[in-house]
Formats: sequence, structure tokens, C-alpha cells
Amino acid sequence: MNRTVALRAGLVIFVGVAAWVLFFGLPRWYSSRKEATVAAAAGTPAAPSPGAAVRKITATLFYVSEDGMTLTPAQREVAFSPDVSAQARAIVEAQLAPAAPLVSAIPADTKLRDVFVTERGDAFIDLSGDIVARHSGGSLDEILTVYTLVNALTVNLPAIGRVQILIDGKEVDTLAGHVDLRHPLAKSLNWVVHDSH
Amino acid sequence: MKPLVAAVGAVLCLLAAALLAQPSALPYTVVTREGRRPLAARTFNGQEMFALEDLARLFNLTVREDTAAGGLTIGAGGQTILLSTQQPLASIQGRMTSLPAAPARDGRTWFVPVDFVSRVLAPVSPTKIDLRKPSRLVLVGDIRMPRVAARVESLGAQSRVTLDVAPPTPHTVAQDNGRLVIRFEADALDAADLRANTTTDLVQNVRAGDTPQTVFVDLGPRVASFRATDQPGPAGATRIQIDLVPQTDAPAPPTAPGPPQPQPQPDAPPLLDIPPAGGLRTIVIDPGHGGDDAGAKGAQGTLEKTVTLAIARRLKASIESRLGTRVLLTRDADQTVGLDQRASLANNNKADLFISLHANASVRPAVAGAEVFYLGLEGYGEAAQRAAQAPRDALPVLGGGTRDIEIIPWELAQARYIEQSAAFAQAVEGALRERVPMSTRALQQSPFRVLVGANMPAVLVELGFLTNTHQEQQLLADDHQNALVQAIVEAIVRYRGGAGGTR
Repeated sequence: MNRTVALRAGLVIFVGVAAWVLFFGLPRWYSSRKEATVAAAAGTPAAPSPGAAVRKITATLFYVSEDGMTLTPAQREVAFSPDVSAQARAIVEAQLAPAAPLVSAIPADTKLRDVFVTERGDAFIDLSGDIVARHSGGSLDEILTVYTLVNALTVNLPAIGRVQILIDGKEVDTLAGHVDLRHPLAKSLNWVVHDSH
Repeated sequence: MKPLVAAVGAVLCLLAAALLAQPSALPYTVVTREGRRPLAARTFNGQEMFALEDLARLFNLTVREDTAAGGLTIGAGGQTILLSTQQPLASIQGRMTSLPAAPARDGRTWFVPVDFVSRVLAPVSPTKIDLRKPSRLVLVGDIRMPRVAARVESLGAQSRVTLDVAPPTPHTVAQDNGRLVIRFEADALDAADLRANTTTDLVQNVRAGDTPQTVFVDLGPRVASFRATDQPGPAGATRIQIDLVPQTDAPAPPTAPGPPQPQPQPDAPPLLDIPPAGGLRTIVIDPGHGGDDAGAKGAQGTLEKTVTLAIARRLKASIESRLGTRVLLTRDADQTVGLDQRASLANNNKADLFISLHANASVRPAVAGAEVFYLGLEGYGEAAQRAAQAPRDALPVLGGGTRDIEIIPWELAQARYIEQSAAFAQAVEGALRERVPMSTRALQQSPFRVLVGANMPAVLVELGFLTNTHQEQQLLADDHQNALVQAIVEAIVRYRGGAGGTR
């Protein structure tokens, strides 16, 4: 009788301790290690506000759907910035980053030169010529490339209403001969699928 | 037993009495940005009417009765409406408007026909008022509330759900747990005609969704896949056509439009079937890319510029011999031609149709099928909307008098032809579908650079995907090129025969 009570009590205490370790102890230990490595990787020039953890926002980025016909939204953490242009830059950088196994409609190695936002809420994304040189040339891919960038800014930043893409600092007619890029384009969810199926 | 029968009889009698004597009709719903509220309606001599005091509260009206003159004086935002109490007439600032019935009276309360809202109040109101009688709605202010009507039909083993959306509203179609979710960019939906006329094995119900902006299509368990296309619908509406394909129990391949190609009677339309008279005198065909611009590149190295030129030459020969129409190519060699030059050639030759031919590419090699595009104005902002409705200007002519001319920014010339381009695009899509495999999004709008300057109905045809090895072979094969050409020629014949044939 006494033995079973002691056994049960022991079991309860063990489960309690195990649960604490699993849900609180481990994550704390793990996250402190991760922060340490991130800080180490960032090196000395980074670490903008020491002490306070780096603030992040959750941004919706866009990738080519399984069937290749539309864009699929995906949530990613992006560094927070109070300045719209800087925030836009961070979002475009995240969109350009490799995201395997997801497939981006933007050709690999495309580099961001600059982002600026006018008072009217028009954003200009200046990209390296790789986006043209390495493009598949298909109109479908071109539409997906353009609206990946347009939607990445207009969906995440209400202050931005339209987006124009520049190549090597210059206005261009099109990326690959189809979509008219001579003026800023507004958000279009026509090419975005909501629920993956 | 007897008391029960008596009780049932009494209840039925009461119900019948209530129905016959029904003094009040079903209420209308007033929808504003702030929300919805009911607006009571009553029937007098078969006419539905609103209480004038309800309308006064809703629209800030002042009402004064002039018993001597037999009229009601209604003040609405600085304007004065005189409403006769004897006759079905109202005068708005001196302009007469008829009503279906004279006002009715119950005690001290005046009632006016429901149409008073649309015929009298709407014209004088600074905010938009939209009376929708079939749906029993009064929309006040800038409410985006498209009407959605549904129809379900069975096409062999497949089922088709057709949603007519007016005015056209951006939307998405997605599959979610045994149903399709169609989500509209709107404040709410006017879904009075949403109830499906029938159900099929694949479509169990069409109903309003869980938010005011969504429609649900409940699917049967045997649905394997769906394909949604947008098409121009009747009276300026968008038609969303959703085809549902059932699972095939047998391993036999599903309807691949490849093998049964000879079946759609390629010889049926005789040569020179219709005399060249009629709307179309000149057609410009634009083989995409060329010269320095090779366009898309195939899995095995085929260049888009080569394929488009080959098919454009065949198409020119076929149109000239079958329809007797003059055909011009924007290039007849491997040369670089600017996008503006292509549209200018068509404009300067007063072409009646502009057909740009392209071949597609995707990062996903499995993607295949033909697609047809016409211009989407969404990227062009207000300037394009204005151009689409630009009024004619009167210009003085030498020797006296004036002549009406249209002044449109040159680069937005296409804005005036969106509807005709949509009709032609639909014809091309339909004709292609009978002969070649189509992509899952076969009819689309996009802000394409080569189309925007064309001063005539214009489409861009993506003939197939070069990045798909099988389609690359098809696009190089004689029989497939002929099938594409046949389809486009037939589309021109159909378009010419339809409303779009005359300009």
C-alpha cells in the first residue's frame, strides 16, 4: 500500500519535472545558445541595440506554387524597422534570399541595389541585371516574378500602394518582353492562391 | 383524435388568414459602411411601399405636407422634391419623374413606392444609393457588393459551376476540406441568386460562405480536381467557370485532347467559307520576340522566336486563303522589332485585329498548355479608366462646322477595346480548347506591353510551354502547328460572325 503511494508520488514528480524541462528549460537553454551564435555570427559591427532582442515582423513572401501556375504565400520573420524604406528593403532582401525547397519566381543571384519609397506611397525596387539575364523568358514566369515583388511590398506594408521595378538604376519597358513596367503596378492577388491544395 | 384534427384545422386557418391579410411585406435591408439594418416595407394594392418617415430618418429628409395643394414637400440636402399625393408623380427641382403608384396613407403616415428611392432620392443624393429590388437591398454609400448568381450543370462525367459576378470583382478560388472557397475583394455579396438550380454527384451545394465575402461550393467525395477560368459574362459581368473532374476508377488515361485530334472534323469548314466582306479587312499577326531577343528557350534548346515566326507564317497563309483578309506580319525574318513598333504597324495600317503569338516558359517543367491573354487595365490606374470612357471632342473643320473626334493618350489606345478584345480572346480560347491541350488558367488578363498601344481588339496567344519537353516537340511538329492555326482561324470566323465583327 505504502509502496504504491510512494511510486505514484514519484511518478507524478518525475512527469512534472520532465514537463518543465521539456517545455521551459530546454527552449530557454536552446534559445540562449541560438542568440549567442547569432550574435557571434553577426560579429561586432551588427547588434544595433544591445540588450533588447532584435525586433522582428512576420512578413508574407511569395513563391511559385506546386503546379507552377500561381504564387503561394509563405510567412517569414523579417527584421523590424520603423522606417518604411528600410522595412521595404528588409522584406525584398528576404524575398530574394534562397528558400529551398520553395521555388522563387525571381532568378537566383538577383541582387537588390536599392529600395526607395515616395511620399505618395510608390516604392521603387532597383535590382541587378541578373533578373533579366537569368529569366526563363516565359510570360507566365514574368508575371509571377513581377507580382512576387509587387505583392511582397503592397501586402506587407499598407503605406506602399504601388511598386515599380528598376534594373541597374534605370526604368525598363519589361523584364522579358511582356509585362509593362513603365509605371508602378498595384497589388494583384489574381496570381496568388490562398490555400495550398 | 377529433380534438387533434380540430386543433390542426384551427392552426391552418390562422395561417391562411395571416397570409391573406399580410399587411407588411418582407423588409428590405439597408447596407451602409457602418452595417446593416432592416427597412420595413408594406404592400398597398399590390405595390410595395416604404414609410416616408423611415426614409426621412435614413436619408435626413425634411417632410412637410401641403394639404391645400395636395402635395408633400420633401427637402433633401438643399434640393426640393414635390410629391403629388393624388398622382404617381414627383418633381425634382422642377423636373418631373413618374412613379409606379401615388403615395398611400395609413393614419398620419405617408407611404411611397419602393421605386421612389431609385427614381427620386438617388438622383439628388450626394452619396450613392442603389436599390436592388430582387435582392431586397438598399445600398447607401460606396459599397462594393457584387451580385453573384450560380448555376450548376452536368457535362458528361464532369460538373460545371458557373458564377456570374456583376460588376466584375477580383477573386480567388481555392480548395479547402471538401469544398471550394471563392473569395471576393468586396464588402459583401449580393447572393439572392446564389442558390444552385440543381446538384450533381460532384457538386452538392452552392451557398454563402463563412464571411460576407465568400461563396462555398460543397464538393462530392469523388471530385479529383477542379479548373477555374474567368470569362467575360453577359452585360459586363465576369463569369467564373469552375469545371470539376471526377476520379477515374479505371486506369485508362483521362480525356487527353492529344490523340482524338482528327475527330473535330478538320475539313468541316470549307475553304473560302465566307466571303471577305464584313468587318475584317486587315489583320496584323505579331510573331513574338526576334533578333537579339530570343524569348523563352526550350528544354532542348528550341527558341521562342523561331516557333512564333513559323506559326505566324502558317497563320498568315491560312487566313489569306480561307478568309481573303489582308494579313501583315510585324516581322517576317529573325529581326529585332521594338514593342511599340509592333503596335504602330497595326495602328498605321488600320488593322481590325492584332494577334501576338508567343511560346511560354515556366520554372516548373511539368507546366503545359495554351493560354490566351487580353489587356488588364489594373496596372494603368485612373488614366486608363478615363481613357476608356473619354468623351468625344468637337473640333472645328475647315469650311465651317465641327467634327467629333476621340482624343486618347496614344499609349493607352487599347483601353477603348477591352470588351472587344475580351470577346475575341474568348473565341480564341474556345477554338483552341477544341484542338489542343490548354493550361489550367487558359483565359487571363495582364498588363502586357505589346497590347496596350494597339488601337483595335488585340490578344496575345501563348501557344504552349517550351520548357515542357513534350510540348516543345509538339510546337515543332507540323500537325500541332496546323491545329493551332486552324483554331485561330476558326476563332476569327466566329468573332467576325458575332457582335464583335463590326467596328
